[in-house]
Amino acid sequence: MEHTQFETHPSRYKHWKLATNGAIATLKMAVDDEHPHKPGYELKLNSYDLSVDIELADAIQRVRFEHPEVKTLVVTADLDKVFCSGANIYMLGMSTHGFKVNFCKFTNETRLYLEDAAEDSGLATLAACRGTTAGGGYELALACDEVMLVDDGNSAVSFPETPLLAVLPGTGGLTRLVDKRKVRRDRADVFCTTAEGIKGKRAKDWNLVDQVVPRSKWDEAVAARAQVLTEKRAANFASGPAVELGPLESKITDDKFSYKFVEVTIDRAGRSANLLVRGPDSAAPSNLAGEGSNTWSLRAFRELDDALLRLRFDLPEIGMVTVRTTGDRKLVCAHDEALAKDASGFAREVRLLQRRVLRRFDNTARSLYAVADATDSCFAGSLLELALGADRFYMLIDGDEKIAVATSVANAGFFTSWSGLSRLGARFYGEPKQVATVLSRGTEGDISSEEAEKLGIATIAADDIDFADELRIAIEERASLSPDALTGMEASLRFVGPETVATKIFGRLSAWQNWIFTRANSTGPTGALTLYGRPERPQYQWNRT
Amino acid sequence: MSTIMNDERIPNNVNLSSDKRLQRALEAWQPSFLSWWQQMGPMGFQTHDIFLRTAVSVENDGWAHFDYVKMPDYRWGIFLEPKDPNRVHGFGDFEGQPVWDEVPGEFRNMLRRLIVTQADTEPASVEQQRLLGQTAPSLYDLRNLFQVNVEEGRHLWAMVYLLHTYFGRDGREEAEELLARRSGDSDKPRILGAFNEPTSHWLSFFMFTMFTDRDGKFQLAALAESGFDPLARTCRFMLTEEAHHLFVGETGVQRIVKRSCELMKQDPNGDARKGGGIDLVTLQKYINFWFSVCLDLFGGEVSSNAADAFASGLKGRFKEEKYAEHKLVESHFAMDVLEGGKVVHKDIAMRNALNEVLRTEYIKDCARGVERWNKTIKDEGIDFELKLPSNKFHRQIGIWTSVPFSPDGEMLTPEQWEANASKWLPSTDDEIFVKSLMHPVYEPGKMASWIAPPSKGINNLPGDFEYVRK
Repeated sequence: MEHTQFETHPSRYKHWKLATNGAIATLKMAVDDEHPHKPGYELKLNSYDLSVDIELADAIQRVRFEHPEVKTLVVTADLDKVFCSGANIYMLGMSTHGFKVNFCKFTNETRLYLEDAAEDSGLATLAACRGTTAGGGYELALACDEVMLVDDGNSAVSFPETPLLAVLPGTGGLTRLVDKRKVRRDRADVFCTTAEGIKGKRAKDWNLVDQVVPRSKWDEAVAARAQVLTEKRAANFASGPAVELGPLESKITDDKFSYKFVEVTIDRAGRSANLLVRGPDSAAPSNLAGEGSNTWSLRAFRELDDALLRLRFDLPEIGMVTVRTTGDRKLVCAHDEALAKDASGFAREVRLLQRRVLRRFDNTARSLYAVADATDSCFAGSLLELALGADRFYMLIDGDEKIAVATSVANAGFFTSWSGLSRLGARFYGEPKQVATVLSRGTEGDISSEEAEKLGIATIAADDIDFADELRIAIEERASLSPDALTGMEASLRFVGPETVATKIFGRLSAWQNWIFTRANSTGPTGALTLYGRPERPQYQWNRT
Repeated sequence: MSTIMNDERIPNNVNLSSDKRLQRALEAWQPSFLSWWQQMGPMGFQTHDIFLRTAVSVENDGWAHFDYVKMPDYRWGIFLEPKDPNRVHGFGDFEGQPVWDEVPGEFRNMLRRLIVTQADTEPASVEQQRLLGQTAPSLYDLRNLFQVNVEEGRHLWAMVYLLHTYFGRDGREEAEELLARRSGDSDKPRILGAFNEPTSHWLSFFMFTMFTDRDGKFQLAALAESGFDPLARTCRFMLTEEAHHLFVGETGVQRIVKRSCELMKQDPNGDARKGGGIDLVTLQKYINFWFSVCLDLFGGEVSSNAADAFASGLKGRFKEEKYAEHKLVESHFAMDVLEGGKVVHKDIAMRNALNEVLRTEYIKDCARGVERWNKTIKDEGIDFELKLPSNKFHRQIGIWTSVPFSPDGEMLTPEQWEANASKWLPSTDDEIFVKSLMHPVYEPGKMASWIAPPSKGINNLPGDFEYVRK
């Protein structure tokens, strides 16, 4: 099987150059066309694939942890006439449907992290587009706080996907156009069907960009704008100390992903896997930053993040994942409390990272059953979020009531899902008072399986006579259902509650995009994506649904 | 204002006097054009009488009406070849179907882009050449320069006519933009790279009209096959004028070659520079430079845009009718490509290879010109041969950009390239030398030291005819 490498480091980047200068960091896209993620296509004109986006995600993460002095991130390119021409079309053309979906999901998450950095870490982002900004390139720009476009009579921002490829801009572009930038929807309609895009004054008038600047004034205008953004941001956010993100030291085999705190065991015959997360192995730190990136709250969640990505990309046939925890519930809660009390910028970044990883968990298209069937199970505080985020939660009732869950400050609202609701809020969407009831009960100590079921935390609690069969049948039954229907069903139920830009992107735009990707008009024998770069023109089936 | 929009002021065969929409568009655009011409057109000589050819109709004798005229009063006209009511698509997916008289919505953007890209080169070359009048080697050449300039202006009019007539508001905006971009301007450059380099002296002007205008000829010829009939008819008429520009270039270089040979024979060491000429080695470097830059204008070797334009019936091949097959879905073109750092000969889907197909035709055409120059050298009894460099040499666009090649087409290391580049391309010293020869000669019948007189005058006029007068 393939093992995708998601860990990287600026010293190994092939496609980006990260440089910091005081409060301003510059991230330059300089895609090396000869090093695509897989052989078979060249990454011409700053087009991107998974390998490019993995580095982007890493760079954004590292700026937040390793360069807390940075207040403004300028995203730009190293080419003279091209900012970014979007996702590589030949790569999309030769990828499986499953890979495209996961690629699209990953790139969407990365762009949402850019916005999350702006919103919650005070890291302003400026897209400085000195040339063609097409498709995914413009979507990357849209994920930044502000967009500058060179005014050279030629460079345009564009969404050529629909007219040229018969697909959609799949990285949040349509949603951000009308919801974030509030571009008038009739103009957005014109823009999204004009392959060559819109440039200059009109791009500014339509609010497709914030500023258009002549080439000769470009560098000073970008520097000046970055300075303004930096000054606007300076006061509100705690900063640092800087902590370097160390290597995860994972051990990856075909049967098992092993990390210090996380382990994924794969059962291919059963098309299932078990995800085990271990609680802390030491007391809560008095000096959080002193532990660096090895502190449990950070390391365990980084490992979980890596494991989730590997599950998504490298284990497509594993549909059912049981989630277990092991450790000391009190220690988990103590680590959560220490993190919440710490007012440093580093502590904030750790909590935000945990929140992002939990969102990635919510957004993983696998059936997720949390299982508490051992006395050292530790669905407590931040790890209880995994049980609340799973599709179902099975608990074994033991005679001594040693199997239990616990709440901490981590369950009290900080860890919102993409809908903006906390996981308890999402669980009790129909009975909001129950959130306070559970949290208040949690302050009194562990909640046993039986009580957890009554409170609505456990889906099913059963004693040892019934439990094993109950769980086995639930898993086998789940594994027999259509994976497509399950993906749609799970996503619909997990994202109960209000819509946000993120839920719209994942639930509407990506869902449409992925449907369109499987249709003949894009990927059939005469579809536009199939024939892109080939001598024939596409032929469409004209029926509308 | 509308009084000037009549058939007398603007010679045309498109019923301008009864076309309200076109009149309105041109009323707004024409003053901008004239102000652009004053600002960016030839420097000086705007009040001189120039002996120019004006196209006044599409009849056989109508395209060449000679008279003295002041350039700003030149009657820039709008001419399309007469319509053939039975014309059908000659290639692509619509082969055999009647051609389009209106723009099909499906291809509107692609077509507009093609027209704008072609149109942008027309004013660009006028801008590039605006200072050359100051150093003309003779009145004959000065007049030819201005003839080329006003005709590039007319070609701009022809393209603007298409934008105004067929592309609505977008078209009018694009027409304005054509006058707003400026060759070499860092903020609003011309679209194609080669059109942002100044034509700094007359040797470059002749190279430009030999090589760059020849690219124009092939692009126009490919567009003359278009299934969008107004574009095809416009380009056909433009080709007549383009032929004259190529004549200026090819004979200009030929006259320099001839003069160099004469000077070589006069100098005991055979050095043409001694007598104020341009030696053949230097000439070869300029050929290397201009030919390679112009090859870039044809675009990438493997191109989906080229395939789209052909499939859609918008842009064909050079002389499409000489080919047997016009759909090209199954056929292939054998060409060199770069794979894993090696040159390999490979079959590429024909539609995707059409830029290379057109470039190949262009190279053949250039080679015929070089042959004629070599004949001049031979006739003068000199042992030297000018050559076109390899199509892989000194490329900035396409697959040959990542690795350097010699003029003979041998792959080089970057070090080998650095060590030899100044032998193959004009150096700063060469530029300084060529510029040092550039002094104006405005006396009728006289020639600068570095160029031989033409074999005959314009419209068969005598050699000392005053083509340009105050």
